[in-house]
Amino acid sequence: MIDVPELALVALVGISGSGKSTFAKSHFKPTQVLSSDYFRGLVADDENDQSASAEAFDVLHYVAGKRLAAGRLTVVDATNLQPHARAGLVKVAKEHDVLPVAIVLDVPEALAWERTQGRPDRTFGRQVLTRMHRDLRRSLGSLAREGFRKVHVLRGPEEIAAAEIRYEKLFNDKRELTGPFDIVGDVHGCLPELVTLLRKLGYEVVRDDAGRAVNAVHHDGRTLIFVGDLVDRGPDSPGVLRLVMGMVAAGTAICVPGNHEQKLARKLNGRNVQLTHGLPETLAQLEREPAEFVGEVKTFIEGLVSHYVLDGGRLVVAHAGLKEAYQGRASGRVRSFALYGETTGETDEYGLPVRYPWARDYRGSAAVVYGHTPTVTPEWINNTICLDTGCVFGGSLTALRWPSREIVAVPAAREYYAPVRPLLPEISEKPDEGLDIADVTGRRHIDFGYGRTTVPAENAAAALEVMSRFALDPATLVWLPPTMAPCSTSTLEGYLEHPSTALADMRAAGVGKVVCEEKHMGSRAVVRVSRSGLGDAIWTRTGRPFFGPSLDGPLLARVRAAAGPLFDELATEWLLVDAELLPWSAKAGGLIRERYAGVGAAGRHALPAALAVLDQVAARGLDVAGLRDRIELRSSEIDGYSAAYRAYVQPTDGLTGITLAPFALLAGAGVSYARKDHGWHLAQADRLVAADPELFTPTRRMIVELGDPAAEAAATDWWLALTAAGGEGMVVKPYDGLAVTADRGRLVQPGVKCRGREYLRIIYGPEYTRPEQLAGLRQRNLGRKRNLALREHGLGLAALDRLADGAPPWRVHELVFAILATESEPVDPRL
Amino acid sequence: MLLTLTTTHAPATDLGFLLVKHPGKVHSFDVPTGTAYVMYPEATDDRCTAALLLDVDPQRLRAQRDAFDLGQYVNDRPYAASSLLAAALAKVFRSALRGVSKDRPELAAQPIPLEIRVPVLRGTAELATRLFEPLGWRVTAEPIPLEPAIGGDSRYLDLRLTGTIRLADALNHLYVLLPVLDDAKHYWVAPDEIEKLLRSGEGWLAGHPEKVLIARRYLAHKRAFADSALKRLEIDDEPTGEEEAELPVVRKAPLAEQRRDAVLAALHDVDAARVLDLGCGGGALLTALVKDRRFTEIVGCDVSAKALEVAARRLRLDRLPERQRDRVKIWQSALTYRDDRLRGYDAAVLMEVIEHVDPPRLPALEASVFGHAKPRAVVVTTPNAEYNVHYEGLTGMRHSDHRFEWTRAEFQEWAIKTADQHAYAVSFRPVGEEHEATGAPTQMAIFTTKEEVSA
Repeated sequence: MIDVPELALVALVGISGSGKSTFAKSHFKPTQVLSSDYFRGLVADDENDQSASAEAFDVLHYVAGKRLAAGRLTVVDATNLQPHARAGLVKVAKEHDVLPVAIVLDVPEALAWERTQGRPDRTFGRQVLTRMHRDLRRSLGSLAREGFRKVHVLRGPEEIAAAEIRYEKLFNDKRELTGPFDIVGDVHGCLPELVTLLRKLGYEVVRDDAGRAVNAVHHDGRTLIFVGDLVDRGPDSPGVLRLVMGMVAAGTAICVPGNHEQKLARKLNGRNVQLTHGLPETLAQLEREPAEFVGEVKTFIEGLVSHYVLDGGRLVVAHAGLKEAYQGRASGRVRSFALYGETTGETDEYGLPVRYPWARDYRGSAAVVYGHTPTVTPEWINNTICLDTGCVFGGSLTALRWPSREIVAVPAAREYYAPVRPLLPEISEKPDEGLDIADVTGRRHIDFGYGRTTVPAENAAAALEVMSRFALDPATLVWLPPTMAPCSTSTLEGYLEHPSTALADMRAAGVGKVVCEEKHMGSRAVVRVSRSGLGDAIWTRTGRPFFGPSLDGPLLARVRAAAGPLFDELATEWLLVDAELLPWSAKAGGLIRERYAGVGAAGRHALPAALAVLDQVAARGLDVAGLRDRIELRSSEIDGYSAAYRAYVQPTDGLTGITLAPFALLAGAGVSYARKDHGWHLAQADRLVAADPELFTPTRRMIVELGDPAAEAAATDWWLALTAAGGEGMVVKPYDGLAVTADRGRLVQPGVKCRGREYLRIIYGPEYTRPEQLAGLRQRNLGRKRNLALREHGLGLAALDRLADGAPPWRVHELVFAILATESEPVDPRL
Repeated sequence: MLLTLTTTHAPATDLGFLLVKHPGKVHSFDVPTGTAYVMYPEATDDRCTAALLLDVDPQRLRAQRDAFDLGQYVNDRPYAASSLLAAALAKVFRSALRGVSKDRPELAAQPIPLEIRVPVLRGTAELATRLFEPLGWRVTAEPIPLEPAIGGDSRYLDLRLTGTIRLADALNHLYVLLPVLDDAKHYWVAPDEIEKLLRSGEGWLAGHPEKVLIARRYLAHKRAFADSALKRLEIDDEPTGEEEAELPVVRKAPLAEQRRDAVLAALHDVDAARVLDLGCGGGALLTALVKDRRFTEIVGCDVSAKALEVAARRLRLDRLPERQRDRVKIWQSALTYRDDRLRGYDAAVLMEVIEHVDPPRLPALEASVFGHAKPRAVVVTTPNAEYNVHYEGLTGMRHSDHRFEWTRAEFQEWAIKTADQHAYAVSFRPVGEEHEATGAPTQMAIFTTKEEVSA
């Protein structure tokens, strides 16, 4: 029986003809086996071309590295008889923190020669085999020294044939333990606080005859986890050890070692260590204990595993934390990271090593719970949390309940030890420190729960420019509005868009009830307001601030005031509101002047001038009637066009004249409202309107049961009336909310827009209603736009979900960034 | 779009002979973007007017434009005089444009009283005057107002020209200057446009005070074309600086050069060999860095992919020998995100960069440059707002994208605070000619890491 760790680099060692390939084939999957012959073939078209060996091994090591990085067992089928060849493999294993294992196939040289002669492609002489055999004999003694953690030697063909592989889990793999857990921060000998904390957590402390705490049990079967640093500095390190050792022995607790345990064990082993950082106190306390107990302590510490992966891989516990690449791995540097963390090599003004802020870079999916660095309050940083709240320094002793993530703490009775430096939050709260350019750039595949998308590198590049040059702070910018597709093209005479196709689209998507909402013609605005006013902002669809601080500030203050009752009622400190800011001219004044009104002015000046010329020509008796009619039609079209944009121009002065038309409440603290129906959303919007009718504009609406011809006809009439009065049109949304799904859980469009006939003149040009032009425009392709709309919508919903789950900023930002990047896909801008 | 041409030279109807279009008929011609008509609203011996009316077919026009340009559907091309009208004019009045007349050769060679009206044309009255007045026209240019609901004037003019000028000259003026005022071309500008410009400009362009502007605009701002045309008109063309391009002053290049030299000097003072040019833009500093062999590794970063393309072209990266090319890297990066690639360099330059960052985002820039990339030295330059009083005619800031411009006190306050936060020492230098009251036009801060204090 050969024991092999589940994740290892297995080197087969044996001379030519020893049966390595046969052995590999019978015990491992073909993809797990990297054969040197095969790689020689890859680089040189000849498996036996020894001159290609160096290049072949280069590629082999590269592939092995990729497999090991992904956590896959890898077997190297090569003779591996030379120390330098094996050193290369040990190096690859170490680089990926997996254990190198050697399996030696030792067959008699004669048998190997017999097999070799049977293979036509093997042309070397017997002396080569003899040399190989000599190398093998030399190798046998040195494998362990070279770094192979396990060496299995199979002697003779019978033993080889009989061998079986048994996979063993790594010591740190406790994924099968699902808790629930209570994870306790650095205790440092603070036994009284520990006992108080255990009671507060609901544990019953078991005492021995001498009244000493030796175990603690929870009636709900909870398990305690200690993140290490049980000892030093505090009043009763032996007492803490006794309790923890008792619990670990009883199976009621799990413990990982801290650097203080490590140092204590070295001292107990007679090593020369500096008697600093509270170790003398522990040694003095241990002197009062029997030698037998001290021996147990030494054995206990030496048996501790530096980190654990728990709860199906969702939880990692290590004293100083652990970066993703090291989780579930075993190597000296993994252990060192778990015990001491990573330092930058610098020291701070107190002479203490500066720790590299690994948590800031952490992108793993497993939550990492650790201690080691005293902080004031435990805070989640990128799915990691430090529970050392400096109990021994007079802070508190903290526990984290898992999986509920509830924090339970008890204050220290007093300061037992003066800290070298005052307690400070480990990472200063600069939101951007969590954002790495690698989180957003390059070609990125994003699985956002509602679907998957690929952001091409060039779109990310374009979005990066907008995001970093013009947008608000990414920490503020938690959502961007998705683009919206128009309804299917209408074939009704004179119409490109019409309610009949809008309602049919929703019916076809399996929606039973819709809300038709008046489409406001202004500028999309996302508003974040909070009770305190801190971090409030209003932004455009590309994440830019609206008018600048002098206007945005007072505007937000008024929204905040109107939202006051909502904060209480919805029990949230802040709200995210989706709205349209009116009038259009307030934000788009420049665009209206330059493009729309300019064209209108040019047309209204040029066409009458042409008509005047034609009238004079006609007065001279020449026939220009046909041309005159065409120019006349143009003239009336340009008038219609001018009227269309003119409807959205209203004078504003500062905030006077500016209104907001809210139509959805997207999120609050810890909650996404995406699943609330539009009745609820509009009711909240109505309350804002009622609170400040001057600032807020109501959204007119009509609820329609699809399939009811009378209701659908009423919706059509309503739309005709809205658009006849200069309205842009309407948006038809599934009544049930923002996150409506159809068959197989696929998202339905959150809405389709149905724009008015006159309004579309400013989109498609003054003369678009001519029959021949409409015929051409009806060929418009909506597929791409719909696809974009749905993708952006899904990304936005996912951003709201992640925000509600308290995900780290980069997880929200990658989605918001993807929305912006998706916007740079080329799509017909008139849709 | 419309253009009318009137003469009072008796018999005025001779205009029909000069244009080779009979006043008693309506003439129509097919042109690529629609139909051009020539007709006469008045034709008496005292006064005769020819009208050129171009009826643009929007669908045919559309076929010539970028499919995803919103302007394709909503644009002024059917109404405003432009290169479309100029092209129609050249086609319809070909012989008149060349000054050739079979029937009235003496009249064609002789200045006659003319009135020209272009009812809608892009441009400003001031520019129209600058362009036409030197050619002997009396210019009346009325801005066309936008509608009252919006207020103000549109970008269009109703242009009237009167003068006593040879008809061929008048037509050539229009042929060149209509597109120049419009400042756009409806077709791809190829090198043969230079010939067209020189041919139509014969006799008047070389002496025109606005010849540089005319050549540039007519040749769609293609520098090489304009340079070549101007050279053939025997004029030199002066280069423009980059950051100062929008300044209303002539002395642009010297400050840009002084700043570059000051940055190079600062880099040498801090003994930098491996340098980052953060916000390198089109590569103005990179070219100087590449020329200096003391820099062994040069990284240009900018958030604009387009700017990086320009920089790569300017450095001729693809044509550099391998060893040279390996010294230079061009990366897209954003200073508000931290970027691991930027760690471990000797020095970083932020030349005229910070003023393009919104003040609330500056802490993110500080964190990524001083906190994360952490080069041994950082060189920052930015305008000195106090100096702006010396730029005559400058209102507001020096560049439309500047988010702020600091006084020396403001810059130093920021620099000292940033240095303190990230354990750098900082010193300041003026760049450019120093003025007693206001200091130098550019201010520079040199940050260096404090010597490591051993534990």
